[in-house]
This record gives sequence, structure tokens and C-alpha cells, in this order.
Amino acid sequence: MSTLTVPERAGDAGPARPGTGRAGPGLPRPTRKALPYLILLPALLAELAIHIVPMAVGVGMSLLRLNQFTLRNWTRAPFVGLDNFAVAADPYSPVGAGLLRSLGITVAFSVLVVACSWVLGLSAAVALQHRFRGRGVLRTLFLVPFALPVFTSVITWSFMLQRDTGLVNAVLTGLGLVHSRPFWLVGTNSFASMVVVSVWRMWPFAFLTLTAGLQSIPGELYEAAAVDGAGPSRRLRDITLPMLRPVNAVLLLVLFLWTFNDFNVPYILFGQSAPAEADVLSLHIYQSSFVTWNFGLGSAMSVLMLLFLLGLTAIYLWLTNRRRRDV
Amino acid sequence: MSDALWVRWLRRLVLVALTVFTAVPLYVMLASSVKPLRDMQGPFTWIPSTITFAPFVDMWRTVPLASYFVNSAIVASGATACAIAIAVLAGYVLSRYRFRGRGGFLTMVLSTQMFPGILFLLPLFLIFVNVDRATGLALLGSRTALVLTYLTFALPFSIWLLVGYFDSIPRDLDEAAMVDGTGPLGALFRVVLPAALPGVVAVAVYAFITAWGEVLFASVLTSPQTRTLAIGLRAYATQANVYWNQVMAASLVVSVPVVLGFLLLQKALVQGLTAGAVKS
Repeated sequence: MSTLTVPERAGDAGPARPGTGRAGPGLPRPTRKALPYLILLPALLAELAIHIVPMAVGVGMSLLRLNQFTLRNWTRAPFVGLDNFAVAADPYSPVGAGLLRSLGITVAFSVLVVACSWVLGLSAAVALQHRFRGRGVLRTLFLVPFALPVFTSVITWSFMLQRDTGLVNAVLTGLGLVHSRPFWLVGTNSFASMVVVSVWRMWPFAFLTLTAGLQSIPGELYEAAAVDGAGPSRRLRDITLPMLRPVNAVLLLVLFLWTFNDFNVPYILFGQSAPAEADVLSLHIYQSSFVTWNFGLGSAMSVLMLLFLLGLTAIYLWLTNRRRRDV
Repeated sequence: MSDALWVRWLRRLVLVALTVFTAVPLYVMLASSVKPLRDMQGPFTWIPSTITFAPFVDMWRTVPLASYFVNSAIVASGATACAIAIAVLAGYVLSRYRFRGRGGFLTMVLSTQMFPGILFLLPLFLIFVNVDRATGLALLGSRTALVLTYLTFALPFSIWLLVGYFDSIPRDLDEAAMVDGTGPLGALFRVVLPAALPGVVAVAVYAFITAWGEVLFASVLTSPQTRTLAIGLRAYATQANVYWNQVMAASLVVSVPVVLGFLLLQKALVQGLTAGAVKS
């Protein structure tokens, strides 16, 4: 914050002010004090209606036996305590085993997507650090996947991944890499398809953020290193990466959370019934809730998912902060 | 500072590889949209055998595309308009006033954006079902419910971006306006807002893109009459027999406006998108 003004002053306006204003100045003191809250009210109401209240309701739902019989009149749904959680977290029940498997898939998917997106984003950002003709065009091109509506890009990918008419198999057979055309949207390969499509959508964000991060590294650092005879790989290791550390700390977390929570790519790629290999949590909970209408269990699973994410985020922030202090 | 030969070649290799990876799907969308149907039914070909614009005409009849289009346009513009109004007010207050709960509100807004969407979906669905039953309204499946949902989704980023914009506008400006006798809201609308116009436009584009592409909530909160493009096109594209050239034509038509909007405003949007990560 660069301002030194006492913040309240903005509300009181200057000392030599004629008392003719309509709002602020002429208002009695309590109203003036409430003014920020009044102006904030619409945003607060929207947040309450769509985020806060549903979250509380969701936690409440996870404690009820809420199924197709009680859904339309939830006040009469029986309270079952932690029963839903017991079912969802029991790795020996089919429900719990499915959830655990889905968690494993989601973690593997997120780690892969984050790692690939970060590597691609960093490569592009570093390669474009150097000024040359056409740099602006490439920067713009690399942003397009991020700007495209997610459904159109994933639909395009699902066309490319069609077994008989798609580009992917045409290229692979053309290069002689495969002999019988594999399926990409069912079976084992569906996981790889989902990763590639997500990386395609996600890496431009890593690129954007890392480009902004690189621009804040002073050029003199590189010049000094060049004078000292540091080669390009040493400059990357000793200047670029350490200087990007704070940016990376946030970027990796944001990428991870977005990927972990992503519903769009698998849903659009596979439709209602995802192959078992690509059954990520969002889709898993969605399917089990809207197929069986067991909303109590679905809510319990969502709450567990949130708790997992909160725990993971807390550990991550603790680790990155500790490392930052040590450095 | 001139780089070694291998560095230059590595750089070229990286850029060529990334360009191919990025551009191929875009090319497929473009090329397939002007292919005749027979090109789409055999193995994939890079070049259309003939160029036809028939897919752009036929697509309106194959699926109720016009209806999807209208629904998406209404919902996205409604959400955008509301999100701007709400975010401008909230951003101004959060930038200019220090009050109890300010930090808490900012943190809350940012953290809800990081929560899984599915967490909100089930309760929202249930709330809409039960509000409908209790009051006789028809929220579930209505565009109003979708507008309300989407405007809230756009709020966190919009508020953060606008707080940053308002912070960069000198306070002397609004104080001068208030000396001239307008209230804080007058100062906002007459002085601060015009100066923050790029930020407002960026928020508009962002809110529109968010609503235009949203899938999860639209898949549950829309009825056949209010179905949006995201859901309509997806449903069509996962059928057994798909006219892929028409799907690609429709995807292209749906994408071009938002991509253009994004690219035109990339500077303002990119600043906002990356600010959080770079600053902290």
C-alpha cells in the first residue's frame, strides 16, 4: 500500500467541505459508519446466497439421510449423524473404495497436469524472454487456449481423439507408431487423453504468470552473471529459478486447486459415464449424486474432498513459508 | 549478450513444438468447419477436399443452436451486468475504506473461488428445489437462477481486479470531488469510475467468458428451454452419430467473440489474473 492517507478520511472527505452533499457529508454519524457495509451489501448478499449459505447447507445435508424420497422436503429428512461419512470413508465398502480410487486418480491427474503445465509455461516464458520478431504473435497465440470457452476446446479435442475419424490416430498410424488404432476416450487411454487436454488448456496460465514473474527480475542480474561467465543453464538455475520462487509458490497451488477441482474437461470429454480410469472426484461425486439421488452421501463426499484440499493447502503453505524464512 | 548456438536452437525447438501443440487443435476446428460431410466420415484429412460454408448454415437446424445461443447470451450478459455493478461498488469500498471485516471479506471471497464447485452444486440444487416447492417460484431451470449463480462466480476475481485498479487511482481525485460537494458514491461515479474504465471493461470480459463457458452448474440448473450452448453442444457432440463439421462450425462461431474480447483486453486481464500470484 503506497497511500499514507488515513483511510477513514475518504469517507469523511476533507475538513473544509460545505455540508451540501447528498450522501456522506450530511449524513448522521451512524449512517456514515454503516456506509461501507451498505455499499458492500450486494456483494455480501450474492456471496451469502451462492457460496456461504450453500456451503453451510451442504455440511448440514451430509448429516441427513437425503435421497429421492426426502429430497423435495428436506426438513423431514432423518438426521443420521456421521453415518454418511462412515460409509464414504470406509475403504472396505464399495462406496468408500470407489471414493478412495477416485481420489488417487484425481491426485495423479492433478500432479501430472501441474508438472507438465509448469514445465511448458516456463519453457515458453524463458524462450520468449529474448526479444525477436514475431514474439508478440507467439505470446498472443499461446493465450488462445486459455481464452477459448472450455466446452469448444474440449469438444474439438474429443473430435481429434475419435478412433476412426480423429487426427490423433491418423498421425500416430501415419508415423507408424501404432498399428491398430487405439481408443482414446474409453479404457486405459482415457486418463492420458484427459491429462493432455487439461495441459493444453492450463499451461497458458502458467506461461502468463511466469512471464509476468520474469519481467520483475532485474536485467542487471543477468548482465552481471554473463560478465562472470555464467552459461545459460547456470543463469536459469542460479538466477531465474530462485527469483521465480515466490511466484511459483502461488502458481503451483492455484494450478493444483484448479485441476483438482476441474469438472469440465472429463465431463465434456467423456459425458455422463466416465471410464473408470478417468473417474476424477468432481465427476465421481456428481455421478453418484445425480444417478442415485443420494444427496446426503454426495454432500459427505464433497465435504471430505474439501477437508482434504484444506489440509493439503495448509501443509503446502506451511512448508513454503518455512522455506522462505530459511532462505 | 549473444547466446551460444545450442541455446538458440533449443529455443527454436521449444517454440516450434509449443506452437504446433497450441495451433493444431485450433487448425482442426477451423479446417473442419469448412469441410463437406464426406470428409468427416472417413479417416482424418488435413486439407478439406472442397471448401464449403454449408456447416455454418446447417448447424442452426441440426440442433436448436439459436435457442442455446439466445439463452447463453441472455444469461452471460445478465450476469456480466450485475457482476460489474456489484463488483464496482464492492471494489470501491474495499479500496477506499478501512472497516472491520474488510480483510475477512477479501479472504473469504478469494478462498471460495478455490473450493470445489461440486461442493456448492448439490446444496444449491436442493435449495432451489425447496424454494420452488415452498414459494411456487420456478427457480430451478430458470435463467434467473443461472444469472445469480454466474454473477457470484465472477465476483471474486472482479473484486480483486477492481480493488487493484482503484488503489492505483490517487485518492486526491475523489477527495477533490467530495470537496466540490458530491458524496462518496458521486465521487465514485463521476471521477473514479471513468479513470478505472479499463479495469471495468476487463471485468466485463472476464465475467462474460466465465458465464459463457460454464458447464457444471448449467448441466443441472437448466431445463430444455433454458439450455445454454455449453450444455447443448456437449450433449450433441457425445451422441453416436455426429456431424462433426457442424459441431466445429458452431464451436468456432461460439469461440470467436470471446477469444477476440480476451485478446483485445489481454493487457488489463493478464495484469489482474497474474497480480495475485506475482505480488504476494
